[in-house]
Amino acid sequence: MSVDLSQFIPSFLEESFEGLELMESSLLNLQPGDHESIHSIFRAAHSIKGGAGTFGFDSVTEFTHLVETLLDEMRDGRRDVDPKDVEILLAAVDCMRLLIEAARDEEDYDQDKVAQTTKQLEQTLAVNSDDNSTIPAASENAEQTPAMAKYNIHFVPEHNLAKTGNDPLFLFSALAELGELTIKAVTSELPALTDIDPQELYLSWNLILTTEATIEEIQEIFEWVEDECELKITQIDNDKVTNDSDKTTHKDVSNEELKQTDIPTIATTSQSSDNNAEQANVTSGGVSKEQAAKPKTKAKAEVGSIRVGVDKVDNLINLVGELVITQSMLSELGNDFQMDKIERLTNGLEQLLQNTKELQESVMRIRMLPISFAFNRFPRLVHDLAIKTGKAMELVIKGEQTELDKTVMEQIGDPLVHLVRNAVDHGIESAEVRLANGKPEKGTISLDAYHQGGNIVIEISDDGGGIDRQKVFAKAVEKGIVEPNATLTDSQVFDLLFEPGFSTADQVTDISGRGVGMDVVKRNIQSLGGRIQVESTAGKGSCFKVNLPLTLAILDGQLVKVGSETYIIPLISIVESLQVDNELVNRVSGDMALYRLRDENVPILPIYQMFGLKTEYTSINNALLVVVEADGQKVGLMVDNLLAQQQVVIKSLKENYQQVIGISGATILGDGSVAMILDIPGMIQMALTHAQNKRHNTPHNKTSLENTVIGEYS
Amino acid sequence: MDIQDLATDIPSQGEHAVEGIEFITSGEQYLTFLLASEQYAVDILCVEEIRSWERPTKIPNSPSYIKGVINMRGIIVPIVDLRVKFNIGEASYHETTVVIVLTYQAEETSRTIGFVVDAVSDVLNVEATEIKNSPSFGGSVQPQYVEGLINVGKSVVTLLNVENLQQVEQHALNH
Amino acid sequence: MAKVLVVDDSNSIRDMVSFTLKSAGYQTVEAKDGREGLNKAQGEGFDLVISDVNMPNMDGITLCAELRKLANFKFTPILMLTTESSTDMKMRGKSAGATGWLVKPFNPEKLLATIKRVVR
Repeated sequence: MSVDLSQFIPSFLEESFEGLELMESSLLNLQPGDHESIHSIFRAAHSIKGGAGTFGFDSVTEFTHLVETLLDEMRDGRRDVDPKDVEILLAAVDCMRLLIEAARDEEDYDQDKVAQTTKQLEQTLAVNSDDNSTIPAASENAEQTPAMAKYNIHFVPEHNLAKTGNDPLFLFSALAELGELTIKAVTSELPALTDIDPQELYLSWNLILTTEATIEEIQEIFEWVEDECELKITQIDNDKVTNDSDKTTHKDVSNEELKQTDIPTIATTSQSSDNNAEQANVTSGGVSKEQAAKPKTKAKAEVGSIRVGVDKVDNLINLVGELVITQSMLSELGNDFQMDKIERLTNGLEQLLQNTKELQESVMRIRMLPISFAFNRFPRLVHDLAIKTGKAMELVIKGEQTELDKTVMEQIGDPLVHLVRNAVDHGIESAEVRLANGKPEKGTISLDAYHQGGNIVIEISDDGGGIDRQKVFAKAVEKGIVEPNATLTDSQVFDLLFEPGFSTADQVTDISGRGVGMDVVKRNIQSLGGRIQVESTAGKGSCFKVNLPLTLAILDGQLVKVGSETYIIPLISIVESLQVDNELVNRVSGDMALYRLRDENVPILPIYQMFGLKTEYTSINNALLVVVEADGQKVGLMVDNLLAQQQVVIKSLKENYQQVIGISGATILGDGSVAMILDIPGMIQMALTHAQNKRHNTPHNKTSLENTVIGEYS
Repeated sequence: MDIQDLATDIPSQGEHAVEGIEFITSGEQYLTFLLASEQYAVDILCVEEIRSWERPTKIPNSPSYIKGVINMRGIIVPIVDLRVKFNIGEASYHETTVVIVLTYQAEETSRTIGFVVDAVSDVLNVEATEIKNSPSFGGSVQPQYVEGLINVGKSVVTLLNVENLQQVEQHALNH
Repeated sequence: MAKVLVVDDSNSIRDMVSFTLKSAGYQTVEAKDGREGLNKAQGEGFDLVISDVNMPNMDGITLCAELRKLANFKFTPILMLTTESSTDMKMRGKSAGATGWLVKPFNPEKLLATIKRVVR
């Protein structure tokens, strides 16, 4: 019969990737003599090999077989766990991942890498090369030239055969499926009735099988009992068969009958076994073809999938239930509404609001995954980097269970990798320098994640040398990013690291590259609606703090009014909102106004001017300012009015229009109208560009803003 | 039934539906509308819907013919005033001012934009051979937007190229 | 129809074995390791046990030995599902009381054909 197992491919893949992760993390933490870890690594490899064989992922099976062989030697204590072997196994895990991905996507893989690792594995194995296990073939006896033959099978089981759960009856019916079978029981060994142990077996058999099957196929049926029996299979020609069978028949008939001799002659035509074999062949051919076609569609369908705990789904169902109740209550109310029922209506609407809010939260929670999904690649990364740089260091991970939207997670991975690489490369000092400075020889890199307000904060910190303020500043001047006489705060200096083309490493390394990445890191984080800040103490270390919204679909916003338009300012960017104290406004260079906020001068950006809107509120006097911050720069956005704070669903403008400078998207408000969401970094950049253009036009009037500007924007 | 099978079934049904339309009418159908006193036409298959004018939300620093965006069943749709874009007549907004929402399906993406016109007039059945090339005598409508001319009785209808109307939109807006 | 206990720590293998058996009309009960398998076996009788060898908590060999100690598993066929076809493995299985072994990679047709040697 044909059984289509392709439906199990996705779960095999999922399981394999989990297995690989387990292998990797166990290898990274492997201590000498840790047998349990070796066992679990072995088990993972073993399962992958088994599954891959089933689905015909031969490249995976072959490669994993080598890995398994090496692990087997370690497991059995035939081989010590050498750090070099661990490195090879880690590389092998990478290769397995490549191979499985290639099998899934039906694409090519990096053959050089696999070939190289295969060679390493083989060389390692060659040291104890007495292992002669081979990869079991998926299909056996594929083709045989069918030729009828008669076999005499002499089968004398040991008395205790039944104790292994074997039963001759089943063996004979299996034989009968191969062809025509004649069974004769030999009862000569049978003891006296009083001496019979009911759990023992005293009979032996002479069987005559006429079949197209080979002798190997017959032997295979006895595979499980061959050590507990005496078995003789001989091919006989027709004449001899008659003779032999005559003789045995003669002998047996004279013996007394026992239950076993009652077995009827089981004869099935060889035709049916032919059909079976043919069917099996056809299906195995068919399966491989199907497997070639199916995984791709499955893999594609899987791209957008997410694993959700049943509790989350149950919670949703409960909430929908409540919503339905509220809905029916409201519609009943609406059928026959009178003013005296207004209170019930208000209550109902309030309930609806509550339901909607809870439902929204629960739905969002479905997209949330623990950040360990993004963190789990770092132990390996730091391990590899430590070897590459020759610096001793350890990685400390905290807050792995902090949840984050799946989309944000997928997009934050690369920037985090870059920040960690940066910490290893530029942060952690060499062991000698560390010891000379009275620090532990081993450096520490920490990853931490926690929720703060509606955001998630990810911290990447190191206990290295810290950022050299002087060096950064000098470099920035040299690169023409900042003017030599500019006075910058520490955080403004550190922000220079994110300028395009900036690098503080004296030598360019292949680890964090040529400093081209940090500006990209920042851009990526900003495109997710987040921000990045740096804190650093010379000699103590640095900390990069990434602040991200929990989700990309919904944003906490402050609604503001300018003229007839409503805008939304992301709460994450807002420092504070205030009414202008006229005495604190300083006008410089024409229409540029600065507001003294404690000891900072904050440029005032009137939105109506930037967006060319008509409004009656054009005077700065007593105006409303929403102070926002991006890239370490604060500005005061001048608005007509502050409205509510609310969560808004972000809609793209790009879908039917295009990116608009100063606008990150749009949303639909409660009344159905569209409101624009302000892009704070974009607006600040707009204002800076504007100021620069103005400066070019009036070169003698230098604005004070210039002194607080972080670099040139083009 | 497998969802994959379902998915492959649907387009074939769609094809039948289109064939049905072609059976009833010969040639293609075009929606005609007025910009001041001039008649224009677009492929009716691109027409998503015809809406009455509502005040859109402004897009900061956009060209004057971009009136803003509206919410069409949860989709953010930009509104282009064709009268301003083509520099024809007066851009006034009153009860009869209408917005023709057009969707152009490109290979991978589709774009939906609303166009403000003075009035919608008719549906024309036109054979491909009836579409004449437009003489390039430099009217205020740039040639890439014009697909051709259709003679209807004594008057002439300008057939617009929806693809270019929407694509070029993007380039023009980039500054 | 015969009732089979399927023990494997790999979800996909377990699902596949179970699926194959069910499609051939067998009744199946699944367990994710030897310990769970033993617990389930203590509750009810089975006509056949198919177990992986390498599993956390309790491996297949131990499970086999433990099952043989139970009165109603004395003669129950127990098959080990394994990629290890070495004689050493077979001996260990046999000495623990295993009836036979099924060599991975798992092939559904082969599974159905071979279990006929021990169960109906």
